[in-house]
Amino acid sequence: MGFVWVLLIASSVAVAAARGRMGFLSGAIADSAGRAVTLSIGLVGMLSLWLGLMKVAERAGLVEALARLARPLLCRLFPEVRADSPAMGAMVMNLSANLLGLGNAATPFGVKAMEELEKENPNPGTATDAQALFCAMNTASLQLVPASVIALRAAAGARQPADILGATLIASACAVAVAILSAKLLGRLYRAAGPAAPGGGG
Amino acid sequence: MTRAVLEAVSAWAVPVLVAGIPLYALLRRVKVYPAFLEGAREGFRVGVRIIPPLVAVFVALGLFRASGALEALAALVAPLTERLGVPASVLPMVLVRPLSGGAALGVAGEVLRSEGAESRAGYLVSVMAGSTETTFYVLAVYFGAAGVSRYRQALPAGLLADLAGFAASVAVVRAFFG
Repeated sequence: MGFVWVLLIASSVAVAAARGRMGFLSGAIADSAGRAVTLSIGLVGMLSLWLGLMKVAERAGLVEALARLARPLLCRLFPEVRADSPAMGAMVMNLSANLLGLGNAATPFGVKAMEELEKENPNPGTATDAQALFCAMNTASLQLVPASVIALRAAAGARQPADILGATLIASACAVAVAILSAKLLGRLYRAAGPAAPGGGG
Repeated sequence: MTRAVLEAVSAWAVPVLVAGIPLYALLRRVKVYPAFLEGAREGFRVGVRIIPPLVAVFVALGLFRASGALEALAALVAPLTERLGVPASVLPMVLVRPLSGGAALGVAGEVLRSEGAESRAGYLVSVMAGSTETTFYVLAVYFGAAGVSRYRQALPAGLLADLAGFAASVAVVRAFFG
């Protein structure tokens, strides 16, 4: 990420210099930094609620039951994560919440899963293959019903705002498949190149 | 019909879970309230923990847009993407989607308003927005919370997934809506 980050910033400043837009940059910097904090703090409510509910579901054996259902699939996707690892339960909760389109709940579960995976990471600070794959899947849209887009279409006067459902499902499936495949294949490449290689780990 | 079902599901899902999980736990004789508080206490810690990576990513992306670099990139790739079946009005969606969820919905709303929800461009932005995610944001939050700074293959894999989603959207919209 370090390399991409510096490249984004440096090329932006260079372009601004060439186009005479330097005057806009200071404002954009202050604005973006502020928005990052507002957003993080804004997430605290939902993070607290869903992490609390997840603990309740855990104690009641619900997470375990859900994880057992999804085990055949997840063990194949994440062979290096133990089937009884707490990370498994959190990942299952995240993926189910994603499918249902509960973005507010998916994020806390995903965060929890990442923290649990990090506890088992032999190389803390560097993503494991499981963490990379899990994140890549989350960057592809897993939700079955894109509610916000359907609402936008309804607002724009579409007669059948949900008529994009089938098309969206197919396109999402392609994106998720590519996310899994490329995370698996690129993982091999990164491993071959050594733990600290390409661009500080992208 | 589908619409009524969808609306019912999205209205019911969260309340049913918020009531159902504690109720089930109570029946299983779990000490519900202490368990809830124990889990919820993590919320603030996680929220604070993701501030540094989010600031880093938001500032970089804010600069990228304010500097005109995004427009320059759009002008650069427009001839190519137009030939691949992406109209000029939809191109901003392709470029903005991995960077900002809010901006992507803004682009979608704009195209739907100006060209109509049942136009080719309207279908294209809708399917694109619905089949991909805000890659940079997701990575910043998830890796940030875990304290991971080397993302390895996650970023290229996430961006490839976005590309696949866009390419599939073009093909599927052509097949379904002409």
